[in-house]
Amino acid sequence: MRASQDNAPPLREIFGAEIERLADRLFGTALRFTRNSDDAEDLVAETVAKAWARLEELRDPRAFEGWIQRILSNTFVSEWRRRRASPVVQSETEADCDGEPFSLFEQLHQPFLLWWTNPEEAAVQKLLREDIDRALDALPEAFRIAVILVDVQGNSYGEAAAILGVPVGTVRSRLSRARAQLQRELWRHARDAGLLP
Amino acid sequence: MSERHLDCEQVIRHLLEYLDRELDDRTMAEMSRHLEQCRGCFGRAELERKLKESLQAAGSKRASSRLRSRIKAILDSF
Repeated sequence: MRASQDNAPPLREIFGAEIERLADRLFGTALRFTRNSDDAEDLVAETVAKAWARLEELRDPRAFEGWIQRILSNTFVSEWRRRRASPVVQSETEADCDGEPFSLFEQLHQPFLLWWTNPEEAAVQKLLREDIDRALDALPEAFRIAVILVDVQGNSYGEAAAILGVPVGTVRSRLSRARAQLQRELWRHARDAGLLP
Repeated sequence: MSERHLDCEQVIRHLLEYLDRELDDRTMAEMSRHLEQCRGCFGRAELERKLKESLQAAGSKRASSRLRSRIKAILDSF
């Protein structure tokens, strides 16, 4: 990425405007990764500094968001793997995620399904948004990270596998189990909130 | 190449990969064709799509003024 004309805004201004535009998405993604506001802010700050230092690597300015999101996820995953390798930290295993298949669709009653698909039901939508956050945060870390990489950030399975340093099949398997667990949690929350008859 | 028809069980099994656009072109087309014709599978696909959209939305939260100030300070230092 470089300024192409003499009268173009300085590169730092363009970079700053892009960061300003993406601040909510960067913070939101970082918050899902870290589950803690202070850590999420640290992660965003580190990402911004790294992105500026590596700006020459960005070939297509239109790909800025994906590029900086990748820096953010790589930064988080590197630290996560380092912590995971530490003997002090008890790492989560695949067994921590309930592997039983679960489909929200099969559990839902029709009135709830209509609420879900009706954007005018603001209260229900808000509740579901909060439930999504809570259900996502409750997943075992390896599964949560796979969901964030693919569903939140929009990476392909191959890109997520490269970031995590695992085979594509592992990403596919973690996603499948994580999504079943997410749906199970959402169903429980909906039931507890009285949304289900 | 002859046209292959997927049954509901096959469609449900591949549904998440379909929504993630991780299937080959031929299977993507066969999935789309089935979903156009099958109300049950279409309803399930719509719910899964909504869930996926909700997950994507979970990745956007208002950055605090403290974080914005911190970013500005970082940018000013460049």
